[in-house]
Amino acid sequence: MSLITTLARFEAVDSGRAQAVATVRHRHLSARPLVFVPLTTAGETGAPLGALVGTDRDAPRLLVVPQPRDRDLRFGFLADLADVVLPYIDAHAESVEAAERTETDPETGKRVKVEVELCADAPQLIVPSRAGLDLVRLLGRSTRFRRTAEQDPEAPHPAPPHIPLLGRWLTHYGERARVPGSSLLLALTDVLSRHWATGQSSLEDQHLGALLAWIDPPEGTSGAEAARAAELARDADGQLLCPPAGPATDPAFDNKLLAPAIERYDRARAALAAAEDAVAADDRLAALTAAEREIRDLVASRTRPTWDAVWRGLDLLRELPQGAYAEERWTRDRWSFTGHRDRVLAGEPPQPRRDDAVTAANKLATREREQARLEAQEALDDPLVMAGRRLAGEAFAGEVIDVVMAYSEGKRPSPRPLVTVRTDDRPQAAERAKVYRSLGGRPQSAEVVGQEAGGVLVLRVLDKMGRGKEPEPGSVPEKGDRICFTLFEHEQRGGAKLPDPEETPWTHGGPPGEPTPEAPDAVTEEDVL
Amino acid sequence: MSPAHPAPAVGFDPGAAAARATDAILRDTLHGTERGVVVDSPPGAGKSTLVVRAALELADAGRPLMVVAQTNAQVDDLVLRLAEKNPELPVGRLHSSDADAYDPALDELPRVRTSAKAADLRELPVVLSTAAKWAHVTVDEPWPHAIVDEAYQMRSDSLLAVAGLFERALFVGDPGQLDPFAIVGSDQWAGLSYDPSASAVSTLLAHNPALPQHRLPVSWRLPASAAPLVSDAFYPYTPFRSGTDHGERRLAFAVPSDGSGPDRVIDEAAHSGWGLLELPARHTPRTDPEAVRAVAAVVRRLLDRGGAATSERSPDPSPLTPDRVAVGTAHRDQAAAVRAALAELGAAGVTVDTANRLQGREYDVTVVLHPLSGRPDATAFHLETGRLCVLASRHRHACIVVCRAGVGDLLDDYPSTEPVQLGTLVKFPDGWEANHAVLAHLAEHRVVWHP
Repeated sequence: MSLITTLARFEAVDSGRAQAVATVRHRHLSARPLVFVPLTTAGETGAPLGALVGTDRDAPRLLVVPQPRDRDLRFGFLADLADVVLPYIDAHAESVEAAERTETDPETGKRVKVEVELCADAPQLIVPSRAGLDLVRLLGRSTRFRRTAEQDPEAPHPAPPHIPLLGRWLTHYGERARVPGSSLLLALTDVLSRHWATGQSSLEDQHLGALLAWIDPPEGTSGAEAARAAELARDADGQLLCPPAGPATDPAFDNKLLAPAIERYDRARAALAAAEDAVAADDRLAALTAAEREIRDLVASRTRPTWDAVWRGLDLLRELPQGAYAEERWTRDRWSFTGHRDRVLAGEPPQPRRDDAVTAANKLATREREQARLEAQEALDDPLVMAGRRLAGEAFAGEVIDVVMAYSEGKRPSPRPLVTVRTDDRPQAAERAKVYRSLGGRPQSAEVVGQEAGGVLVLRVLDKMGRGKEPEPGSVPEKGDRICFTLFEHEQRGGAKLPDPEETPWTHGGPPGEPTPEAPDAVTEEDVL
Repeated sequence: MSPAHPAPAVGFDPGAAAARATDAILRDTLHGTERGVVVDSPPGAGKSTLVVRAALELADAGRPLMVVAQTNAQVDDLVLRLAEKNPELPVGRLHSSDADAYDPALDELPRVRTSAKAADLRELPVVLSTAAKWAHVTVDEPWPHAIVDEAYQMRSDSLLAVAGLFERALFVGDPGQLDPFAIVGSDQWAGLSYDPSASAVSTLLAHNPALPQHRLPVSWRLPASAAPLVSDAFYPYTPFRSGTDHGERRLAFAVPSDGSGPDRVIDEAAHSGWGLLELPARHTPRTDPEAVRAVAAVVRRLLDRGGAATSERSPDPSPLTPDRVAVGTAHRDQAAAVRAALAELGAAGVTVDTANRLQGREYDVTVVLHPLSGRPDATAFHLETGRLCVLASRHRHACIVVCRAGVGDLLDDYPSTEPVQLGTLVKFPDGWEANHAVLAHLAEHRVVWHP
């Protein structure tokens, strides 16, 4: 935890309210996000119990699996989920704009510009917490290898249509969420804690109710009290007043309310199956419907508070103006969405269960690059974030107290002005260290030539001064200017090109070979995990 | 399992043992049939010497060779050593197109050619560069041979980027030093044989388990007082010995002790090879001002007291100058704080750096700010075996550790709790155990000081 975050947490404890650690919103928020509040059942990993899902905060769609172990009911749930998610995705996939991309021409090997489509906007999926991200991945994994009867008439347990496609999209979103700074799939607790520091631990911040209690406590209570109530307060029946955001449910709810309700449902179903005549069947069907309705009401009662909390959190975030670079990162999200859309359209197989060596290395390289880019961009977008970097000695702001014109040696002398800056910050700048400042959105670099007592640094400006002998106007700081330099680079270099997977070298096991269809689970053969 | 102990000193000839190991390595490298040879080298065991010798022998045998090191400083150092051993050998230094991409001293060497383009150097018998630069090189015809230096500090993905450039390779490195790391989570690939964030050697051996593996048995750097501890604590299953015996190295000071904590710990370390300057227990910020000042005071006194180091290198004692002293820390801000404190005391020229940057370096005396000093918790970062190993194995004569009391209790409060990942190789010893081993040894050389 950085020093400035520690300070903000102290202040939060002291004042009883979460403290802002950002002055702008560092993540893109779609005008019409799809919110997904899932619940799972204890006992089987990733067995959905139900969900609220939709884009309209007043009219969520409630999906329920009255017997979570029943695979047919689970498929029904997933099919219903696909009916909500896929039309939302398709609506975005259709609206495109023209864009250019640099590609390697397969024949000449040269880098050429090609005209391609870029989706004008991308669908954004919001889950309440980090555990929700994992569930999205798990649902993706357990559905993308399924085969529908249409794809494979011989499949022993055919999946309803659309389910494999839903799995591929959820997988893509789950993977994209691992890219730092991406916004296709967001966990609300992560986004809120990026912008506010509370007086509780970061582990406790993963409780959406407690986090919101710190950020926006009810009138007359402190954040600490409200957070404690959100975590612990129970009604007369011992049920939490603020149900956990899930996907896991509270054990008291499971034991006292859910388990008996599911048992009644099971009994009603067994009774219906055993009905011997139509009159009895009618009665028993009514009993089954009532039992199912009871479970639906229970699931609704545990998801609706979270659903409302998610929208409230989004409201709070929307009050912050969006950071300038967040849009650029969103454009990369749109590219990611468009890329997957094209792969689906091209009939490519689902994402493999495990990445091959080259894909894994490429993903890691991308994420490290994005992480460095995100850290730099957030600091450039937000003086409060920059203040944290300054406090850590990774940047400094100060006043220009002298500028001396100087030139490089060589045949064509170029301007290399010496700029003296006085700062109250304590940058950890070694001699000859490179430093950078933003000049009209582009990084200008300088090197540290000397340091004197009293926070005085002499810098030699190295670039962005034009081609002539004299620097272009405005490209060199002037005496009296307030400027801010960073010790970190603003832009990231592209990594080296890795070999194609078919050319994986001997050190990494050689080429991965042809993909084979995934085998069903050894214990429950109706699952393909 | 109890760690194997090195054979008793009687009849052990370190020079002969090292020569036998080197011969076997060169035999496998020059005449073996496998595509790779792996060499484990404990601290100061002559890894660079081995790399230079193997490079020269491959060049003599007429086999074009590329050398992959991890940092520009390492590459420059190897080029200088090659030129020193064989000034006639044409050597290529492939470098990036940045300004100051390589040590200007290379320009003085007549047979060394530098270029940012691999094609310019292709005809030379030996070409050296960093892994990062090699990753941008494409060739039609791979090099018949490569040497990968510091292979345990190289990440699997960076080996993936360069492995297509050579047919066979000698991988040399120190398994006890810091593992490579990624700045983003990589749990997703944990347990895969080609986990891109794992070390190059673990991927290589997972896919090619039959490759010959050697190790260098003698540390020429570590004194007889340090080798057994470092070997037991960090290399329990691959023990090594020091090349020198007790009494062969001596550290003496012209100015007698003034009785202060720093002077007493200096005397203890000069006498026994180790010293622990223990400050009162306290939870502190990372840049603990008291501990930082204590480190600076020890360094100041080391320089002021006219130290002289006697070793097997020369019959006369050599003065303990600032360039023979280093300070090691866990974090960069700690290093910056120590640098500032040293500047205040007017002690210039002493290297102050983090464990990551001290890897591969060697000094007469090191002063270490213990990674766990003053901490309220012990995270995986601070417990990492390699971090402590690097800090405790940079010295030829003595190592002084500055630490707050109570680290033993802290360790007991925070046993390793890293999740166990299926399919990954569990590393022994873990940082917790290694920290305890070092701490127990340091306790015998403790000087308690209330500044």
